[in-house]
Amino acid sequence: MKLNILTLVAVCALAASAAMADKKATDTSPAEDLKVYRDYFQKRFPGIAINEFGNGSYALDAVARDNWLAIEEFPPYEPMIDAGESIWNKPFANGKSFATCFSDDPAQRQNFPYWDAKRKMVVTMELAINECLESNGEKPMGYNKGKIADLAAYMAYQSRGQKINVEVPDDAGALKAYNDGKSYYFTRRGQLNFSCAHCHMESAGMHIRSELLSPAIGQASGWPVYRAKWGELGTLHRRFGGCNEQVRAKKLKPQSEEYRNLEYFLTHMSNGIEYNGPSARK
Amino acid sequence: MRKTAKLATTALSLAALFTGASMAPSVAGAADDASIKMGKEVAYDRKKGNCLACHMMDDGASPGDIGPPLIAMKARFPDRAKLRAQVWNAMDNNPGTRMPAFGKYQALSEAEIDAIVDYLYTL
Ligand code: HEC
Ligand code: HEC
Repeated sequence: MKLNILTLVAVCALAASAAMADKKATDTSPAEDLKVYRDYFQKRFPGIAINEFGNGSYALDAVARDNWLAIEEFPPYEPMIDAGESIWNKPFANGKSFATCFSDDPAQRQNFPYWDAKRKMVVTMELAINECLESNGEKPMGYNKGKIADLAAYMAYQSRGQKINVEVPDDAGALKAYNDGKSYYFTRRGQLNFSCAHCHMESAGMHIRSELLSPAIGQASGWPVYRAKWGELGTLHRRFGGCNEQVRAKKLKPQSEEYRNLEYFLTHMSNGIEYNGPSARK
Repeated sequence: MRKTAKLATTALSLAALFTGASMAPSVAGAADDASIKMGKEVAYDRKKGNCLACHMMDDGASPGDIGPPLIAMKARFPDRAKLRAQVWNAMDNNPGTRMPAFGKYQALSEAEIDAIVDYLYTL
């Protein structure tokens, strides 16, 4: 059923605001974008401090926020942080460990995602985790949930308070990766024909059925997330897949080039906001 | 909620025009009620129209608020074809819309869309 999955507009249709309307992804620089997106959300939600956007929809609704704060008092992800710490400390068969790959410091969040100029690709923290395993003769982990999410939760927890500061260097490849992620965010897809921006820019703060839609800025700060609906931790790319399926689009493989570029764009959009993972969500 | 025979006939002939199907139920009023009932079911079904995701309508529980409330439809959409077109492909009317194109992308069948329009006219 080709018809169902397609409907991709070749050039992204930016529809979130007048300032973003009818522009191609390549028309504006990452720095200009950041300003436009921030201004857009700060006008839409006046009085909300920029760092608050890292709390997703809970930044926008006092009642939901209170319930959420109560949950965060006894966080459901606490045992997973401990499990992640054990994974961090457990030596590989060759005697080395994750500490060897990550300069002895689990507080790595602020170093990812980044553009690797030599390999010409975006490297995410989860990718670096599996590359560490493989380069030490160990088996890689599944990307959506489970052990990798536990380890990422421990690393994120150790990194809390670091400010997001994704740089898009002056490099044609880096800029293309960023723009590809940006186009992905603004392109309609799936049988229901929505872009990410239709829900998380134009409709942010509105309800889709009883779900309050979170704003695009800040969406990358709190991962991995413990979702009550999942009953466990999941990674950002798992969420991408879920949001693709909501519009009846095919989800992509976690850590595919498309999703890594999407993470690059989305995290850049959150620049200036603190990493605050792991988090709890509905 | 029965429509007058005249309205029902107009609706039916219009529906026939769109679907290319010939619908000639012996008792127009009864067929209409069935269609309205089906329209409501399809509109509420999360796997079908899921209109409640975005619209307040009728007695639907916890509706979203992305689209406008669907009320007084007959008064606001006297032209049935316009209303049907909004459901079939909302992008025709507004290219930037967030409303899915239920007909164009075959999320709903032509008959289901006709039934939804019958139902909308009762709101
Ligand atoms: C049909 C609406 C819809 C579309 C389209 C959509 N999402 Fe979502 N998304 C949701 C809902 C509902 C939630 C849960 C409530 C929330 O946190 O926004 C969500 C949550 C998220 C979250 C988690 C936010 C948090 O704080 O936990 C991320 C990240 C996200 N979406 C990214 C995306 C991306 C990237 C795309 C496009 C590939 C996308 N979404 C498309 C509806 C949508
Ligand atoms: C994901 C969101 C969404 C869903 C699902 C949705 N709509 Fe809409 N609808 C909208 C928006 C937004 C508008 C406002 C007009 C526009 O965007 O062009 C709208 C407008 C309308 C209008 C015109 C109302 C007016 O007052 O002008 C009708 C009629 C309508 N929708 C019917 C439906 C029906 C019937 C369904 C389900 C089969 C449905 N919609 C599903 C978002 C949605």
